[in-house]
This record gives sequence, C-alpha cells and structure tokens, in this order.
Amino acid sequence: MSQAQATVSLPEPTVISRILRGLAGNRTGTIGFVLVVLILAAAIFAPWISQYDPAAIMTGPRMAPPSSDHWLGTDNLGRDLFSRVLAGGRVAMLVAGASLGAALSLGLVLGLVAGLGPRWLDNLLLLLFDALRSFPTIVFGLAVVTLVGPSLFTVILVVAITSVPIYARIIRTQAQSLRNAEFVMAERAMGAGLPRILFVHVLPNVLGPLLILASMDVPLVIATEAGLSFLGMGVRPPTSSWGVILNDGYNFIRNSPWPVIAGSVPIVLVTLGFTFLGEALRDIFDPRLQKAN
Amino acid sequence: MSLLEVDHLEVRYRRLGRVKAALRREEATFPAVADVSFALEAGRTLGLVGESGSGKSTVAKSLIGLQPASGSIRYGGREIGSASQSEWQRLRREISMMWQDPVGSLSPRLSIASLVTEPLKIQGHKRSSDDADRLLSMVGLSTDLGSRYPHQLSGGQARRVGVARALALDPKLLIADEPTAGLDMSVQGEILNLLNEIQSRTGVAILVITHNLNLVRHVTDEVAVMYLGRFVEQGLTDAIFRHPRHPYTEALLSANPSPNPDERHGRTELSGEMPSPFWRPAGCEFHGRCPHARPDCADIVPGWTGEGERGYACRYPL
Repeated sequence: MSQAQATVSLPEPTVISRILRGLAGNRTGTIGFVLVVLILAAAIFAPWISQYDPAAIMTGPRMAPPSSDHWLGTDNLGRDLFSRVLAGGRVAMLVAGASLGAALSLGLVLGLVAGLGPRWLDNLLLLLFDALRSFPTIVFGLAVVTLVGPSLFTVILVVAITSVPIYARIIRTQAQSLRNAEFVMAERAMGAGLPRILFVHVLPNVLGPLLILASMDVPLVIATEAGLSFLGMGVRPPTSSWGVILNDGYNFIRNSPWPVIAGSVPIVLVTLGFTFLGEALRDIFDPRLQKAN
Repeated sequence: MSLLEVDHLEVRYRRLGRVKAALRREEATFPAVADVSFALEAGRTLGLVGESGSGKSTVAKSLIGLQPASGSIRYGGREIGSASQSEWQRLRREISMMWQDPVGSLSPRLSIASLVTEPLKIQGHKRSSDDADRLLSMVGLSTDLGSRYPHQLSGGQARRVGVARALALDPKLLIADEPTAGLDMSVQGEILNLLNEIQSRTGVAILVITHNLNLVRHVTDEVAVMYLGRFVEQGLTDAIFRHPRHPYTEALLSANPSPNPDERHGRTELSGEMPSPFWRPAGCEFHGRCPHARPDCADIVPGWTGEGERGYACRYPL
C-alpha cells in the first residue's frame, strides 16, 4: 500500500462544490442550471417583474403582437401575456414543488415500510402501487377532478397521488438491496439500532438518486398541470396558468399566434432546463460515470 | 473453560413456503450448517476452511447473532443463543467481525474517521477527538485518510480500516471472514502480520474463515475443514497439513499451489461440484466426488473418529 498517495491527498470537496464543478464541466448541465435558476427567479419575483396585473382585462389592444408596452403581446381579453406567463410560472412551480414534495415524502415512508417491513405488507403495498399506476395520469386526474372539483389543490393532489408509487417502488428496491448489503450487516453486528441504520446508513444512499429523479420529473408534473388546465380541469380562471394561456390562445390561433407561443415556449424551456439539470446531476453522482482525477 | 464453545450448531434455511411444503409433504427447510462443534481458547486462532457454499460464513453469522441457529453457542461459559437484546448489546462489544468485502462493508457516505470511531459511538463509549487518529495509526494507516471516503481507498487500506473498526472496542473474540480476499500477496502478508501482532499484544481469540490455505497454515493453531455444512476434519493445523486423514482435506491441500516450481506432487483432483445441501447424498456426503470411495461409502454414514487432538469423518481414512 502506498503511503505516498495518502500524503498528497486533496481535501474532500463538499457536495455543493462538487455539483458546481461538475455542472461547469458539462455544457448541457450548465444550460439546464441557468435555465432552472432563471425560471425559479422569474416565478419568485413575478409580481415585481411584471408591470400589469395578470388577471386585469384591459381596454388596450387585444391580441396585439409583442411591443415595448406588452413584451409578449396581449390575449383575446387584452390581458398582458408576459405578466400572465410569469404568473403561470408561479402556478407551475407551486404545483411541481408541492406535489413532488408530498410524493417524495410519502413515497419515502411507504417505500421504506415495503422494503424493510414484513412480506405481507410489502405485497399489499405493491398491489396498491400497481393499482394506482394502472390508470393513465390524465384519466385518473379527470376522474378526481370530477369528484372533487377543479382547483389548484386538486391538481397537486392528482400529481402527488400518481407519483407516490413511482418513488415508493424505487425506495423499496433500494431499501431491499441495502438491507442485505454487507455494510448494513456490519452495522447490525456492531449493535447499531434500526434508527441509526435507517437515518445514517440507508437514507443518505437512497435520497441522492431520488432527488435527481424528482428534478427530472418536474417537466412531467408541469405538463400534467398544463394539460389539466388546458382541458379546463385545472386551475380556475382568472388565475393564470400555461395551460390556461394555451387554451385561450388556441381558440384564436387564426387571429394571433402569440398567446399560443407565450403559453408553450415556457413549457419547452422548463422541460429542457430540468431535464438537462437532472441528467447532469445523475452523471455527477453516478460513481460509474466518474472520471478518475 | 474455553472462551467460545459451539456444540451441535445447526442452521436451517427455508426452501419452500410453509403451505407449499405441507402440500408437497416435503421439508420446508434444509440444513445449511449441521452438527458443527468446536471450541476456541483465548489467544488462539482457529481456521474454518472449505469451498464456497460450504457454510463457513453462515457459522460466522450465527456466532454474532445475525442468523438464528439451533444447538448451543457458549461464550465465556454463557449460552448466547438465547441472549436478550440488552445482553447482545454487551456481547457485541466483545465479539467483533471483519467482513468479507473490505470496501462493501464500509458505509459509503461516511468518512473514514467516522467509520473507525463508529463502534465507540454505537456502544456509547467515552470518545475523544484523537480516537480516529489513534485507531488509524494502530493499523498502520496515515491519519490523513480520516477525511476520505471508502471508495477512495485501495483494497488494502479499506481492509485496514475494517481491522481498526473490528478492534476499536478491544474485543475478546474476532471473527475474520476472508481477511485476505481481493488483496495482492504483499498486502495479504501485511494484513496477516498485523493480525498476528495484535493477537500477541491483546490476546484476542480469532476465528478465521477462508479458503486460502496459505493463510490457514501461517496464522491458525487449529483448523476445521467444512464440506456441505459439516466438519469433515478438525485438528491442530500442523498435524492436518502434514498428514490429512480425510480425502477432502487431502484434495484441498493438493489443490493449493506450491511456491516451489520444481516440486512434483501427485495432485488429487476432485471431479464435479459440491452437491446442493437440499438434496444431501446418502451415506458419506462426499462419496460422489471422493477419489478413494468404496462401494459401501454410498450407504453408511461415517461417524466422527477422534484421534487424540484431531478427528475426522471418514471410514477409510488416508
């Protein structure tokens, strides 16, 4: 064994600096990161960026093309599209954050219970997961909306419920393979209790891949939200959403393409941004893809 | 009284669900380890050898309470098979284990410093800031390694970390499962010297589980040869290496390459694979592969023949 190697060891980079360095070395990763930061900033600071009320119906020009007054033009009711896109971004981020957060935490608990608990409980939970997954998301969403009524909360509920099984299954598989991993056996042999094994040894190894998966799921969630809103089953007018903008614009596409463009381009950008970022994060954290430095 | 006394240890693995077994009128479980008995004194080293799948690691897991077993395991004169949770917690201070996979037995997200001090933390020992450095230097590692992570270590370094973890609580019994697996020859030698040195200093009893016969020859006082979950020969290492009585031991020894290229020896080659423990052969379980088998070996189960300090299970010993 080489002692020389040990003495020239560099300090272990922190996770954040490792992520930043990995992103800087990856072109699509950089693009994704910049897009995501811009989108999040736009969503957070929307009320300060836009100079109009997104819901205010104005007497100004209708279906106007972009101009210095209205950066993305106006829709069929004379509402400022730029303000509406920003407000829609807020809704999209809220839905993504709330529903994925709920799905992740619930999936984590159920997955750990299924993976580490008794066999019959595992089978029961798997049955439940498969039953939920057997509905197409939009059809399931329509069914829930019909029962509960359309609202922002309903959209979050639908996305959370349909995502829980995905996360739970992944956690379950990971937990099962970790349960028999030699390092977990070693901890048990040293007398470590279940809480310590769970929180110190199992969770940190499960959480990383899961967060990456969640970041790649953001576009899916936003598309679901836009889809439900487009069908009139999502957020209620006058609240803005990209799906609502698309729906409004779609009816008047012969008069002006701008509302449809304003509603669809952000969806494309969000999809690209989060997918690029997620893929870059996956590459950074997958040890098999790491180059020796 | 020996430190560790194991009597008629049996470990059964489940083969079929209860319902299926009842319907087919078959046994739901099969013995992976059967009728294993041995004793280990403080300061001594016992080697457990055999092919993969012969039940060596299963014996180890039952000794540290991770595998339910029947029969009797007495540690320091007390039966530990029926020990309560709190008794086990205390026993885990005194019985420690080195795992087979040097890197895989270290939790990947913890730094080396927290990994080596983990036994102290788990057992609620008083800790000081130089514990990690003390333990790392005890096994001959640079203290700079403390800030690294398991995947950044070489196999030999990770193995030393495993030794440091196993010895952190000054155990009385150390179970070493393949302590040299995956290491090159010079590193193997370093690890063995380290174990020998620590044993002579602390008087820890060591149970070495391995298929590396050179390791057995150099570090153990006694050796037990396992086949299909049973002991087929057991005794002082020197005696067994000089004159194996069981044909299986002889085959194992002759399969071990000799460092002298000019040496000509008649090799005893075994044909076939070890049978499955679900369907144990009748008579002597080794008869199908035994080069010296006689017709009645297929019918009569050989008993244990004791011969002074050694014993074997063969009716026609060499």
